Amino acid sequence: MPHAAYLDWNATAPVRPEVAAAMAEALARCGNPSSVHRFGRAARHALEAARAQVATLIGAAPAEIVFTSGGTEANQLALRGLKGRRLLVSALEHDSVRQAATDATFIPATEAGIVDLAALERMLAAERRPALVSLMLANNETGALQPVAEAAKLAHTHGALLHCDAVQAAGKVAVDMQVLGADLLSLSAHKLGGPQGVGALAIADGVPLAALQTGGGQERGRRAGTENLPGIVGFGLACRIAAERLGDYAGVARLRDRAERRFAEIAPEAPIYARHVARLPNTLAIGMPGVPAATQVMALDLAGVMVSAGAACSSGKVRRSVVLDAMGVSAEAAESAIRISLGWSTTEAEIDQLVEAWGALYARSRANAA
Amino acid sequence: MTASFARQQRRPNAAPIYLDYQSTTPVDTRVLDEMLPWFTEKFGNPHAVTHAYGREAEAAVEAARAEVAALIGAEPREIVFTSGATESNNLAIKGAARFHRAQGRDHIVTVATEHKCVLESARAMAREGCKVTVLPVNAKGFVDLADLAAAIDERTAIVSVMAANNEIGVLQPLTEIGALCRSRGVLFHSDAAQAVGKVPVDVEAMQIDLLSISGHKIYGPKGVGALYVRRRPRARLEPLFDGGGQERTLRSGTLPTPLCVGLGAAARLARKEMAEEAARLLALRWRFLSGLKARLPELQLNGDAERRLPGNLNLSFPGVPALALMEACPSLALSTGSACTATEIEPSYVLRALGLPEALAGATLRLGLGRYTTDKEVDFAIDTLASAARRLARGDRMTAASAPPT
Repeated sequence: MPHAAYLDWNATAPVRPEVAAAMAEALARCGNPSSVHRFGRAARHALEAARAQVATLIGAAPAEIVFTSGGTEANQLALRGLKGRRLLVSALEHDSVRQAATDATFIPATEAGIVDLAALERMLAAERRPALVSLMLANNETGALQPVAEAAKLAHTHGALLHCDAVQAAGKVAVDMQVLGADLLSLSAHKLGGPQGVGALAIADGVPLAALQTGGGQERGRRAGTENLPGIVGFGLACRIAAERLGDYAGVARLRDRAERRFAEIAPEAPIYARHVARLPNTLAIGMPGVPAATQVMALDLAGVMVSAGAACSSGKVRRSVVLDAMGVSAEAAESAIRISLGWSTTEAEIDQLVEAWGALYARSRANAA
Repeated sequence: MTASFARQQRRPNAAPIYLDYQSTTPVDTRVLDEMLPWFTEKFGNPHAVTHAYGREAEAAVEAARAEVAALIGAEPREIVFTSGATESNNLAIKGAARFHRAQGRDHIVTVATEHKCVLESARAMAREGCKVTVLPVNAKGFVDLADLAAAIDERTAIVSVMAANNEIGVLQPLTEIGALCRSRGVLFHSDAAQAVGKVPVDVEAMQIDLLSISGHKIYGPKGVGALYVRRRPRARLEPLFDGGGQERTLRSGTLPTPLCVGLGAAARLARKEMAEEAARLLALRWRFLSGLKARLPELQLNGDAERRLPGNLNLSFPGVPALALMEACPSLALSTGSACTATEIEPSYVLRALGLPEALAGATLRLGLGRYTTDKEVDFAIDTLASAARRLARGDRMTAASAPPT
């Protein structure tokens, strides 16, 4: 068996060991944060400490954080919780945003891989109803960083609000809700070293949001249900560590760039998506002309290298990327694109393993074509 | 100085005895051991099945799904993982009501003693234009089957009746309700968060179409639950939210593998150990009730004495305010009722639905016994509660905690 090189960090990242230890300890304790007895009060204390840690990562106030079951729920809560607003959603968004509202209008993207701000401005100017703009901070497939602060300024000028899906960006690049000007911001724990099954929506003070999930009145009436306390404790610690180790991503970027350079040497014609705009330090979307993405992913898997053909969410189905579609990439090219995403424990040896496997497949495909 | 006070003084910093198992349960260490590897070395996204880490996680999630299904007599593909019972209840009620409203069925029937999230979901649908009937219960806590039959009409989409009440532990007659709903062609949803794993629940025998399950009520983790969704005849729902299309499009979002594994392990242990544990808890409950009643003859048990959860007692201490009693017993972790509303400290709507006068409702504690409760703990709790109640009933407001040393 070849060494397992995990390069699908944008799908999910391993839980950091310190986080796992804190969660194991929290799991071994009992207590419902809503109970008034000592166990309950201790649970409440841990919950609020974690809330402060999450808030700190994104420059928000603790009271602005609402814990959810993950990024998908946070996005849905943001887009469905504001009644009567016109939804303007970037064409590059994750499925959980795209499908939150069937009546959303899509903001086009440029070929470079970022949202078209001029188009957004025209759409806002033409809109009579108050709008909610949804724009992600970093694209999950290409890693392209979006001009969120500029979009927020435009939105606010036109009386609109802005929601930012920061699920892929948080923990990899600095995120500050104030600097971004976001009114709503989604986070997921398992993309930044925390556990699956927990996320948060930051709701700027004064934004009136109706709950999706009603019941016991937890999270100040904005999200009912007993809080996933061990998960939240893990999320909080993961946020703190992510903030402390943000600098590690310089090394991750060097490894990503190493892979990119080697790919360009092997196959100068292979397209690298969003390479001309600022990207996440860990993400690389590349096409191998003429070779279907599913074939590449399987061949790499056999060589012990785990990557994906776009987003992991569609239950194993490999289908053409809507993100690349929105960037005007041809159907043929989009069908041969894969996503490689690195993380804090990725090694140079793993990158070499990737390049070697990718290079071997490329050579075979050229031989077959010849 | 009473004997119990002396014992409390000897263990001032010891953790209080946990008597709130209906609020939440500790994670069983066997469950925890199964969960932990899935946080770290086996961390794949169960939907990323193009590679080995993802497939390994997917296999674990599917094995867990089969365990949950086996506990309630369902098929694995009828289990939808959620973030907990609140989400399951929201999905069942809002999802069924929204789907069936389009077919001209816009009526929801439920019961006054349901968990707040069921009542809130029904209320939310009322705001969306649905008709909601909330049936009363009798003094023992049961819904009347004739009332229920009369409430169902041709516009009824869904009947939601809980399996076991979270405050008084009363077990509703699910088999009879299931038969009635099936014969009238309406969906039957049951919030079984408190019942599953504690008493037998079988979706076939009880003809249940939708059933909510919670992880943290059955010694599994918080943040995970499940909704059973019948396939034949199919229970149709609209999802609460959309996204990646996971869980057969009923519930989008990355499945938390460790939490699903934990729920599966908890379900497996519950299935294997339920009969033995229930017998042990019944004996403990009897010991608790008879022991306390011997010291406090005026004590009143709320809810039916027989058809209730083995580990639940709901007791009124006439003339003793519940909050004062809790404060006087810092060595016991107690609650007045539902934890969701515990911090509100207002009289329980469940107790009011039983017809309890306000004064008595305000003198009531919920005592939850569970997997780790021992005879010794029960005896200590009897002693502590009885002494404190006696003192408080005499008007002696000096609590054990604030009594000066003698």
